[in-house]
Amino acid sequence: MTSHTTSTAAASLGSSRQPGRRSNVLTLLMLAFLIYFLLPLFWLIVSATKDNGSLFSTFGLWFGGGFDFFQNLHDVFTHDGGIYGRWLLNTALYAVVSSVGAAFLATLGGYAFAKFRFPGRNLLFSIVLGSIMVPSTVLTLPTYLLFSKIGLVNTPLAVIVPMLMSPFGLYLMRVYAEDAVPDSLIDAARMDGAGAIRIFWQVGFRLLLPGFVTVLLFQLVASWNNFFLPLIMLNNPKLYPMTIGLAQWQAQAGGVGGAQPLFSIVITGSLVSILPLVAAFLLLQRYWQGGLSTGSVKD
Amino acid sequence: MSRTVTPAPARPVPPPVIRTTRRPWRRSTREALTAYAFAAPFVILFVALLVIPLGYAGYLSLYREQLVGGKVFAGLANYRQALDDPLFRDSVLRMARFLVIQVPVMLGAALFFALALDSGRLRFPRLIRLGIFIPYAIPSVIAALMWGYLYGPDFGPFAQLARGVGLDAPGFLTPDWILASLANIVTWEFIGYNMIILFAALQSIPPTLYEAAAMDGAGAWRIAWHIKIPAIRQALMLSVIFSVIGTFQLFNEPKLLAGIAPDAISASYTPNMYAYTLAFTNQEVNYASAVSFLLGVVIVVVSYAVQLASHRRARRS
Repeated sequence: MTSHTTSTAAASLGSSRQPGRRSNVLTLLMLAFLIYFLLPLFWLIVSATKDNGSLFSTFGLWFGGGFDFFQNLHDVFTHDGGIYGRWLLNTALYAVVSSVGAAFLATLGGYAFAKFRFPGRNLLFSIVLGSIMVPSTVLTLPTYLLFSKIGLVNTPLAVIVPMLMSPFGLYLMRVYAEDAVPDSLIDAARMDGAGAIRIFWQVGFRLLLPGFVTVLLFQLVASWNNFFLPLIMLNNPKLYPMTIGLAQWQAQAGGVGGAQPLFSIVITGSLVSILPLVAAFLLLQRYWQGGLSTGSVKD
Repeated sequence: MSRTVTPAPARPVPPPVIRTTRRPWRRSTREALTAYAFAAPFVILFVALLVIPLGYAGYLSLYREQLVGGKVFAGLANYRQALDDPLFRDSVLRMARFLVIQVPVMLGAALFFALALDSGRLRFPRLIRLGIFIPYAIPSVIAALMWGYLYGPDFGPFAQLARGVGLDAPGFLTPDWILASLANIVTWEFIGYNMIILFAALQSIPPTLYEAAAMDGAGAWRIAWHIKIPAIRQALMLSVIFSVIGTFQLFNEPKLLAGIAPDAISASYTPNMYAYTLAFTNQEVNYASAVSFLLGVVIVVVSYAVQLASHRRARRS
């Protein structure tokens, strides 16, 4: 088992290994591709500055005559009795609770699988790994039926609890813990008479923190972007996360019967909703780039 | 279904190194108990949220709801019905078609970008890496919504440009083009994510592996093809398996586009949309369970076939 720890992979990211021989042709080609990736976002920003009329009357990829961004922002947060703010808070609540919980459970479990020997360890781990191939549809429908039997449907828990368990998170934390927490350190702490829980908190968890943040970040994205689960579990608009709420506004905007004024609200609402995650990714680059390599590099 | 699941290992984890334990028996029992305590919260949720629902879905799929007599045991009748169901078959075949075109394009581009970044010859590598990755942070609902507007015949910029030069608006949302339009959205969302995985794998190749080749005058392309790509086979495999799983579970993007292209996207356009429609519109929970179970079988079979083919090729070369 060759092991490339996250820290070394993360450290090597960004440092080019053959410096000095920059290629202008390659750079220009990549910048051209970059246009493709940023075009929809550019369109979104431009369109968020337009009112409904200008959306139709001005060219989509450039600013129109007026600047209605703040009016649009006002409309987003006041439409439907200001429910958009509620959706934003719901999304943040669901995503933060489930990602912190999932990362913590995966860290505990990964530490146990990596650092202890116990009967059934390999069998259990193989079952968890195999479960990654189970399509979430197969699970979501029976989970909905079971949750409705115990009265969980249409509550925040219905979208939080299923996101607390991440088989991939467990896999990643096990791989990570094997390298990040040296056995000698655990043994030394044991010699000093520290209990298992104290060893975990004072030695293990500190060393596992980068892995913890990686799992947290990916679960945050999965939960923030979730659509299928809340679509099935929730039918009270006050409990909706943003994805469901915006999809519903979008359906009304596209509907016939002069419902057009919603376009600018949907567009501006979309822009506002993507800002927190984009910011999180920009700020936490070190973690997700390093963490990803842990999952894919091990042989 | 959203494809924003985190990457899964594409291979079985090698068995752990077996160590002869020098600790006395009493100690190892305590060690096991401690380990169970640490793993318990995860394992309990795993049973509650995966094992039990899966078993329940399997149980449901063997029954039928009848107007007279209520719930009756139906054996494999639901599965036989699904295998003969043209709507289910078409949706699976549609996704297979999507798979063989979209996945190679997406992963080929991701590999090219990763190699370009790894070569160290780019200016502004950080900017380029981030710019390509950013779509991953955008919810698929928002991505579908944005592209839906861009495709649109009314104020979509492509339609505006076409009209500006006197052409018909391009039919991105027509039945002929909708699969390609969907493929474009998914590609846009996931190239950056796959690029980062492949880039991280490339960066962990020890440079000594190809320094000698470079000394001998091998060009960047030859080094990439003969040394770098074989060295990251595992990471590539992982991306392929993930794309297979994601493709067959496609839901969010077609569900959103169905709102603006109802003629092109039916309620059974993807297997997942079909299962959803069966369960929540038609209230055929038993049949929906059988359909989603079969979809799971399709995913597992295709994933294994891909891995097997890859192993065989690796052994030959």
